[in-house]
Amino acid sequence: MWESVKEFASEFFVTGDPLIYGADVSIVLSIIAIVSVLTYFKKWGWLWREWLTTVDHKKIGIMYILASVLMLFRGGVDALLMRAQLVMPEMQFLSGDHYNQIFTTHGVIMILFMAMPLMFGLFNVIVPLQLGARDVAFPFLNALSFWLFFSGAMLFNLSFVIGGSPDAGWLAYPPYSELAFNPGPGQDFYIWGIQISGIGSLMTGINFIVTILKVRAPGMTLMKMPMFSWSVLSSCIAIVFAFPILTVTLALLFIDRYLGGHFFTLDGGGNPMMYINLIWMWGHPEVYIIVLPAFGIFSEIVATFSRKKLFGYKSMVFAMIIISVLSFLVWAHHFFTMGSGADVNAFFAVTTMLIAIPTGVKVFNWLFTMFRGKITFETPMLWTVGIIPNFVIGGMTGVLLSVAPADFQYHNSYFLIAHFHQVIIAGVVFGFFAGLYYWWPKIFGFKLNERIGRWAFWLWNIGFYLCFMPQYALGLMGMTRRLYTYGWDKGWFEMNLVSTIGAVIMGAAFLVQIWDIAHSIKHMKRDTTGDPWNARTLEWSIPSPAPFYNFAVMPQVTSQDDWHERKLRIEQGLEKPAKVELEPIHMPKNSGIPIVMSMFWFFVGFGLIFDWLWMAVPGFISVIACMVVHSFNYDTDYYVTVEEIKRTEAEAGRVIT
Amino acid sequence: MANVNAGHHDHHPDQEELRTFAFWIYLMTDVILFATLFATYIVLQGSTDGGPGPKDLFQMNGIYASTFILLTSSFTSGLAILAMNKGNRLALMNWLGVTIFLGASFLFLEINEFIHMVSEGATIGTSAFLTAFYTLVGTHGLHVTLGMGWMIIVIMQIAKHGITPVTKRKVNIISLFWHFLDVVWIFVFTIVYVMGVN
Ligand code: HEM
Ligand SMILES: [Cu+2]
Repeated sequence: MWESVKEFASEFFVTGDPLIYGADVSIVLSIIAIVSVLTYFKKWGWLWREWLTTVDHKKIGIMYILASVLMLFRGGVDALLMRAQLVMPEMQFLSGDHYNQIFTTHGVIMILFMAMPLMFGLFNVIVPLQLGARDVAFPFLNALSFWLFFSGAMLFNLSFVIGGSPDAGWLAYPPYSELAFNPGPGQDFYIWGIQISGIGSLMTGINFIVTILKVRAPGMTLMKMPMFSWSVLSSCIAIVFAFPILTVTLALLFIDRYLGGHFFTLDGGGNPMMYINLIWMWGHPEVYIIVLPAFGIFSEIVATFSRKKLFGYKSMVFAMIIISVLSFLVWAHHFFTMGSGADVNAFFAVTTMLIAIPTGVKVFNWLFTMFRGKITFETPMLWTVGIIPNFVIGGMTGVLLSVAPADFQYHNSYFLIAHFHQVIIAGVVFGFFAGLYYWWPKIFGFKLNERIGRWAFWLWNIGFYLCFMPQYALGLMGMTRRLYTYGWDKGWFEMNLVSTIGAVIMGAAFLVQIWDIAHSIKHMKRDTTGDPWNARTLEWSIPSPAPFYNFAVMPQVTSQDDWHERKLRIEQGLEKPAKVELEPIHMPKNSGIPIVMSMFWFFVGFGLIFDWLWMAVPGFISVIACMVVHSFNYDTDYYVTVEEIKRTEAEAGRVIT
Repeated sequence: MANVNAGHHDHHPDQEELRTFAFWIYLMTDVILFATLFATYIVLQGSTDGGPGPKDLFQMNGIYASTFILLTSSFTSGLAILAMNKGNRLALMNWLGVTIFLGASFLFLEINEFIHMVSEGATIGTSAFLTAFYTLVGTHGLHVTLGMGWMIIVIMQIAKHGITPVTKRKVNIISLFWHFLDVVWIFVFTIVYVMGVN
């Protein structure tokens, strides 16, 4: 008996590595700490009522952001481990197997569990406010999306201490990811972690399309809509087209592994190339899905801090739509070298280069917006301006990669690694940082410290250039990606050393940001205006942080940048702040179903990973039961009384008569 | 704390309309899902790896029967909508019941076909062609199963609440879904079966 328990445990838990024991201990300690703090301060009820069951888009957004920052930490530690291993030739720090697991989890976590939720966090906290809406179209579905993402992420992260991490790269190409070559549970963690959170992403996409198309304030025509909302719309349209492909691809891989299918195996007539096409039909649009909202953020920030209307609004909208369409026509540029033939390669090379045109239009529009503006460089603007050269370099190396014959040189080299980190870190992540600094006062009611923020900005940027510029050169010198060690004879030492120093500086920059937040919480000055940057769009017309019903009175929109225009009219005495007539507000009720249902999804995933049908089947039945219970519930909303609105507004410093 | 399904007290968008719109978008994602499965099937169709191919396996008589049944069930779900629009609750529930019965018959035939194929040694693990076949046809079958369970739930809600804007929307959506499954089946029928045996 004891023997079999021991044997089970040695397979179930990952053993043998001090890093992993460290993780075990810290996981257990943090769970104990969280549970005891909550119990000691009697906060369980509060946590459940205010956060775990909330359907308020702003709180859901905050939870997304929090989870994503944690994942940035995890993915960042992975990155530092890899850079430590590569700092000099013949390092003995990580084994090859371990290195494989780390680059795989790093890639997956950064893209799917860091960038995506950070983006969804910003969608959630800002889009309804920009639209002058009380909530997203489907608040319940929104909560469910978040909790599905959360269960998926937890499932994926668990693989580090239970069962073992996936190691077939962030896109899990077969045949490496097939059972024959990858028998452990790691690859199944990959499948189910991504599948569960991916369903959440798909639902978010649908939710925001409907919100943006149907739930805008009266008077806000599509062409008066703020640019960030436009970027969210185009990103969500791409989500709705791309994510079903991911769902299918992962399901097919699962069928191969679990039911002995032959979609992508080497025997039985399977076709691994089919997988590579399918995964990139999702994967390429995916990178535009995360970068388009960053473009929207830059547009908002550039206009606000140049004190000018955005230059070329219509061309911006148009460029965004073109990009989201083109992003579906370029996927094969990820495998020019895999024998598709010259015509196919030429087609995909040209469509890829075409994307540079609308992107260029956007960059010029930002520059023209700044031209002759009264520019000030608060942190959000600093980030935005810092991103432009980065993005231009990243874009140019991208065009270089799209030259099919030349790609035979760059393919899978460090040149590629440098390119995509440049567009993803310096475009997407920095872009989302810019958005976080910009909207922070709206979300939390106080500004972050500008001085520490500047330190973080410079450290991130210096670290970034030091880390990735040498990698372009390393790529041309023949260093390939996913390489865990190399010899002294290659001459790659110095560049790798510089690169690792850069990575460490970025790690420090992250810590400075955390310090910025902690410092600002302690020394915060409340933002009483609701509009600390003197900005232009509707979210700034209400108190910070926004009350749970957002707008006490629905705004009536008459122009683009409506809030800015209204401020001008009031200033010039053309308009008086309107006398308002309050009415009861219709709001959705909280629900525990999203979190409970997602927990059951977690059991389904976990059960299938370990072939435990006794867990997966009841889990699935419970998921269905949750849906049925929800379907039978007709009591999902209530009215906020006029007294409560008055009280809440008064607490936020606004007197409503 | 009133329950608010009927009222428009503020500028609140009409929830029933929003949901119908969202369902159309969802259907589009389902179209992409099936398109991907069809693409995979078409690519792998010939990869029988020396095992049985479409001509050896498909028995068209059963397929004609199940196609006819599914088309009829789409028609009866349309009759359900007509009954609903006339306000005839009992007829509505009956027609939905008939639709479920036809759906079940379709599934019965499909499962029989699968059992028969497996008994001839054509399993999901036999070849890439069969993996793609079972996955594509099975996904459609799964959708039919889901639709039936959903219809049962809708019937229970009509029994409880009668024909209200909410249950009306639910019936409209489930019947939309049912027609969609019919359309997908026509593609399965043509691409998998008819083109397979010819
Ligand atoms: C913050 C600093 C970062 C550093 C120092 C870093 C470093 C690295 C390194 C060393 C690799 C492995 C390269 C190889 O050997 O193949 C890698 C791979 C990768 N990184 Fe990063 N990274 C960082 C941030 C990010 C971010 C923010 C993202 C995405 C949002 C990202 C996405 C990826 C992906 C997708 C891979 C490929 C994984 C694979 O090969 O399967 N990284 N990164
Ligand atoms: Cu691409």
